[in-house]
Amino acid sequence: MNTISKEPERHEIEALLPWHAAGTLSRRDADRVEQALAGDRELARRYDLVREELAETIHLNETLGAPSARAMEKLFAAIDAEEARAPRRRRSVDLGSRISEFLSGLTPRTLAWSATVAAVAIVLQAAVIATVMVKEPGAPSGPGLASASSEGSYAVVRFAPQATANDITNFLGAYKATLVEGPLNMGGQLYRIRLSETKLPKEEVGKIVRQMQSESKVVGFVAAKE
Amino acid sequence: MQSTSDEVLIGRIANGDRLAMQVLYARYHVRVFRFVVRLVRDESTAEDLISEVFLDVWRQAGRFEGRSAVSTWLLAIARFKSLSALRRRPDEELDEETAGAIEDPSDDPATALEKKDKSVMLRKCLAGLSAEHREIIDLVYYHEKSVEEVAEIVGIPENTVKTRMFYARKRLAELLKSEGIERGWP
Repeated sequence: MNTISKEPERHEIEALLPWHAAGTLSRRDADRVEQALAGDRELARRYDLVREELAETIHLNETLGAPSARAMEKLFAAIDAEEARAPRRRRSVDLGSRISEFLSGLTPRTLAWSATVAAVAIVLQAAVIATVMVKEPGAPSGPGLASASSEGSYAVVRFAPQATANDITNFLGAYKATLVEGPLNMGGQLYRIRLSETKLPKEEVGKIVRQMQSESKVVGFVAAKE
Repeated sequence: MQSTSDEVLIGRIANGDRLAMQVLYARYHVRVFRFVVRLVRDESTAEDLISEVFLDVWRQAGRFEGRSAVSTWLLAIARFKSLSALRRRPDEELDEETAGAIEDPSDDPATALEKKDKSVMLRKCLAGLSAEHREIIDLVYYHEKSVEEVAEIVGIPENTVKTRMFYARKRLAELLKSEGIERGWP
């Protein structure tokens, strides 16, 4: 292997090694560094040192833990106090946009800084669906929107994490179902949906539920609910 | 894209959407906390500071122009808050070298064994760096910030970012050498 003959250029490349290891260089700079590494054994050895530092810095930071719930409680207490003093005027946004905007950013694939954060996001995604669909004041009625009632036939459903707003809307529309309540559990993933405004025979409810169970792209779990 | 959805959240927060605030908090509070705790070296202070950081986000979301990533903006606010907190308690702040010495127990057999573990020593020396050097190492290696983003967060020119990173790594090598680990660089 040859070393880079121009010392200033070598220094310049060497200065970029930490960012190359972290994957935050532009494509052009990354290519320059890769070429230099391929032709310079000493530079490659120094790059190994950088990679060691990177690994141990991540390790060190990951041992720092996370803040307690106190930090979040304090934050939202302060926000509540501010809102009580001077509430903000909310912009009107249509329901579809709200769901799409949130879900576009809340899928695990795009979220994950860590598995933990991704898991939190999935829970929050579910909460968003419920909040937006069920509690949005003045939101238009349509597929997925209804008030909870004891009349009719119901099921409990958990949507698949990868299901998009369109998937859920289409699913509910196809079965003429409406989302009436949720999330029902602490994890925030179960919802009550109304299958019919009238009480259907048990066998018919079972048939609908079995059909729904086959839609694994949208539904993770579904069961009839009295 | 992560950045796009972050911007959407900030737009919603600007409109007073509390749920969007919860999502943003869930997404970033751990990283911001770790960045702050490495600067102030006190978990309780760091918890107070991250509440202040996100409260600033709530208040200033309407002024976020999207010229930088939301995470970069968050870290810049966090850094400002941390340095302000450190300035308020100058007498309590340990000299970094002293802190490093405190963390280094006497050379009992267990310690001697530990010193053989290069990874452990590397982490110990990373913890013993000055606040300035810890900060840049963390931003580059852990928070995955580019040269330009570090420059924005720290408020220094891009060339200074590279120089500071070089000296941080050089200091790290010196600390390792003092612990008996010779890396052959610089």
